[in-house]
Amino acid sequence: MIAFEGVTKRFGPWVAVDDVSFTVEDGAFCVLIGPSGSGKSTLLKTVNRLVVPDAGSIRVDGEDIAALAPEELRRRMGYVIQSVGLFPHWTVERNIATVPALLGWPKARVRDRVTELMELLHLDPERFRNAFPHQLSGGQQQRVGVARALAAEPRILLMDEPFSALDPITRGTLQAELATIHRQTGTTIVFVTHDMDEALKLADRIAVLDHGRLVQYAAPRDILANPAGDFVRDLVGREEWGLKRLAVETAGERARPLNGSVPDGEPLPGDTPLRRALSEMVSRGTDRLAVVDGQGRPAGVLHLSDLVRP
Amino acid sequence: MRGGGLRLTVAVLALAALVLGMPLLKPLFAALYPALERPLYEGDSFLALTADHLALVGASSLTAVVAGIVAGILVTRPAGAEFRGVVEAVATMGQTFPPVAVLALAVPAMGFGPVPALIALTLYALLPIVENTVAGLEGVPDAVLESARGLGMRPFEILWRVELPLAAPVILAGVRTAVVINVGTAAIASTVGVKTLGLPIIIGLNGANQAYVIQGAAVVAALALVLDLGFERLTAMVSRWRRA
Repeated sequence: MIAFEGVTKRFGPWVAVDDVSFTVEDGAFCVLIGPSGSGKSTLLKTVNRLVVPDAGSIRVDGEDIAALAPEELRRRMGYVIQSVGLFPHWTVERNIATVPALLGWPKARVRDRVTELMELLHLDPERFRNAFPHQLSGGQQQRVGVARALAAEPRILLMDEPFSALDPITRGTLQAELATIHRQTGTTIVFVTHDMDEALKLADRIAVLDHGRLVQYAAPRDILANPAGDFVRDLVGREEWGLKRLAVETAGERARPLNGSVPDGEPLPGDTPLRRALSEMVSRGTDRLAVVDGQGRPAGVLHLSDLVRP
Repeated sequence: MRGGGLRLTVAVLALAALVLGMPLLKPLFAALYPALERPLYEGDSFLALTADHLALVGASSLTAVVAGIVAGILVTRPAGAEFRGVVEAVATMGQTFPPVAVLALAVPAMGFGPVPALIALTLYALLPIVENTVAGLEGVPDAVLESARGLGMRPFEILWRVELPLAAPVILAGVRTAVVINVGTAAIASTVGVKTLGLPIIIGLNGANQAYVIQGAAVVAALALVLDLGFERLTAMVSRWRRA
């Protein structure tokens, strides 16, 4: 659990973070979002003390981080940045092993952990273990960056626009893999982005920042349903608001119970976003789709009119 | 890599042959300069002169390397940044002030011998080392430093494991320049009574014995070449990861 209490940071006359208080629950995926200069990156860096706030406090699992040695604190948290920052003179293996080596893990344990992480991030250990960063593509480099951050099994993972520099396809793949890793490991993730689609896709909590102030802190669907003012509404994007709303709800939630005939055609898994379901309806030329549960059993029927129910 | 190793081996063998085989060249110099009564410098063995020369170059270069790298590290730390101008000015002065003038000023104060020569050569070697240390450390990408800090490395760990290895090729280039220049410049130390390969050159100049000058200069040149190629190999070794 990370608790921000009245956190304020100034750079000269510029107030980067202005009296921000909120709590990130254990195991949450919290996305900090806002335009450039909103203070989201600065706020993230207060968690691992790369930035020391001028006022306020941050507690991690109840412990005030100001009382801890910064290096000790950082070794307990993963950190991933947009420009990756791999050590260019070290192999992939040594890069991933950075924090375990600092913590003095035995060699065999480090090696096993590196192999495990490379498999988790879909990097072939045989092929890439001894490669140098400059031999990898941008997407592969960031996979190594994420593996390096996860190496010492941190309870908290801090990510500063980690996928913003990647092409859309690689970004989408890594977002999906990160969501899976989050589900599997239960690591608390604090993730900075300026991309609302990314935030809606990944977050279970979104903190919207504007000029250093926390404007709204809520679940994605609450941000969409009840945006706190025009700033948040603009950030969500007025034009595609409806489609974004559909993106955060699933077919299973809106489907009607089975009652009579099941529509023809390939059924949708219950966790399919409604936006995808709408797309299926348009492309198949139908207004009814069968929905199945996780085991592939019929779970209901989704009608076009269900999408517009408030 | 292999070509570099071969060149270095050939150069070392050529130097050894020249230093050890100089007496065998006596008939050659006698034929080239028939007017000279003594066509071969025989005051000291060339092996002893080379060893003394190398000791002087080694001691002054090592002092300059330690002082220059330490100064370069200090002025690139937040706490030392304000001294950067001063350090760079001192290093530049050391380079622009002619070593002969340093000798001329130091000898009256300290007497003849190796100390004035060490001072002059050390000052002369400082600038390329300081400059390249600063440039090499500043060339380390910000993203790499940020992730090093963010992962929990202490300042000394960042310096030792990340900054210095990444700056090493640039620092070595500065050391290489300094050492190679020093090999040539060290010859002047013989004007203040230090035995170096400059001795035959200076005696030759005073006594109009061109053969002595050529003998001293040839060994100095061969020595400079060997050291230059040696540093080339060393640079290739510290930047091996770039070519992977």
